[in-house]
Amino acid sequence: MANHTIVVDSIACVGHGICADLFPEWIRLDSWGYPIIKKELIPPELLVHARWAVANCPALALHLRTQQGESGKPKGAVGHLFRRLVPSGPQGGAKPPG
Amino acid sequence: MAGDGDRTVPAAGPARLLAEIHSDGTWVSLAEHRSRYALPPRPRREPQSRLIDLIEESGLRGRGGAGFPTGRKLRTVSQGRAPRIVVGNGTEGEPASAKDRLLMSRLPHLVIDGALLAAAAVGADRIAVGIDRNNTEAMAAMREALAERAAQEPLPVPFRIGGTPPRYVTGEETGLVHWFNNGPGMPTFAPPRPFERGVAGRPTLVQNVETLAHITQIVHNGADWFREAGTADEPGTALATVSGCVARATVAEAAIGTPIGHVVASAGGSAAPIGAMLLGGFFGTWVAGDAALAAPFSRAGLSPLGASPGAGIMVAIAEDACGLSETARLLAWFAAESAGQCGPCLYGLADLARGAASLAQATSSVGDIADLQLWADEIEGRGACKHPDGAVRLLRSAAVVFAEDWERHARGETCPGSSAAPTIPVPVPPPIWR
Repeated sequence: MANHTIVVDSIACVGHGICADLFPEWIRLDSWGYPIIKKELIPPELLVHARWAVANCPALALHLRTQQGESGKPKGAVGHLFRRLVPSGPQGGAKPPG
Repeated sequence: MAGDGDRTVPAAGPARLLAEIHSDGTWVSLAEHRSRYALPPRPRREPQSRLIDLIEESGLRGRGGAGFPTGRKLRTVSQGRAPRIVVGNGTEGEPASAKDRLLMSRLPHLVIDGALLAAAAVGADRIAVGIDRNNTEAMAAMREALAERAAQEPLPVPFRIGGTPPRYVTGEETGLVHWFNNGPGMPTFAPPRPFERGVAGRPTLVQNVETLAHITQIVHNGADWFREAGTADEPGTALATVSGCVARATVAEAAIGTPIGHVVASAGGSAAPIGAMLLGGFFGTWVAGDAALAAPFSRAGLSPLGASPGAGIMVAIAEDACGLSETARLLAWFAAESAGQCGPCLYGLADLARGAASLAQATSSVGDIADLQLWADEIEGRGACKHPDGAVRLLRSAAVVFAEDWERHARGETCPGSSAAPTIPVPVPPPIWR
């Protein structure tokens, strides 16, 4: 069932724009090249595109969220490693682009 | 104007906070403060639900602008893992606000007691208060007040005063937490919000300093007393900073729900017929003069006008002033205050400010004005914080309130007010973030 949304960490995003090519059904670019993302739940048949866009963001700025608000971080053995790579929280990678 | 220390105390309703202020400009000493207020309980690891219940019963809402129920916030933070941290927000980055600096520089012990009570309520083992480092009067009074305590009644928990960078978004709660965590005073991506993971990764209560002062009074006088002023949903009094086209810029105190015209009257009334008011400050909304003066000073009362009291800011501009020129200058400030972290804010606000300036100078083409509308739609809701949304809201309210001027400027004609001196002083932020 559909219970995922896609969100962008707008601080981490530097506007590569790859997501809009990989998931055009859900993501378009604004006047400055930054992604505008639909807020609706992603239909299951499109979820594979959403995951593809998240995985290919060079800035690791896209996140898949479940409806309950949990972030869609990978589970299992590599989970802890991935969490360390993804800056989040008050100290996390909040740097201005450029 | 907002930096002037010379503000007198008017009577726009029951003065509760301001009633304690010395008219000679000195701050209230610990001895005098203790003659009215009992020593707050020592903060412990366990939250004090009795205090939280009391604040919930009082119906107090945050006075920093968002108006979130304080009791609910205390409850949420108290349910996080111990130990927790209390952060007082005295940054007051809103250029048209002066109430927090007045409170901190004249009644520092009221604020400090409020922070200690909040710490006891949520079970915090540390307190930090952020104050704009250029705000030397408030910094000095708060520091001296803490030193006075150290001598007479040692503080039960470490209490730090932080001189924050003089930037607007440093006062956004994640920006303030980021700065206290030794980062730049820039907002961070949320969630996690500070109540989940804030200073040092601990659940953190961030409260405006006026809110803390109200907590001290509520604990002393009770929730029923607090509810004697204000409305059922928004009880109590609030400080208001009145400036612009008024006889004298001032900080007033009014029961929530008081007509805005009465609050303006406490600032000596208008200096000329009021054309429009900027309610809520730079991060607020334009409202036509008559409607604004008649409206109640409350969230519920201003909501039908698409406005909010914000941090209690009212700026009046005269009938013959050019609201679009004022708006264009404010938008330039918004662009300059962008932390530059989010693309739509960094580039979008710069474009928005340029577009508004060209409209104010009546040099826009039809396409330029269409661009303004497109950019406003694209920018809204796209920042990590609400800073870009504030710029969009301001521009949209200008388009409604100054609709006639907008049409005229769009046709390439300026109005007489466009070449007049600005009513609203706009600061130029320095490139400092640490």
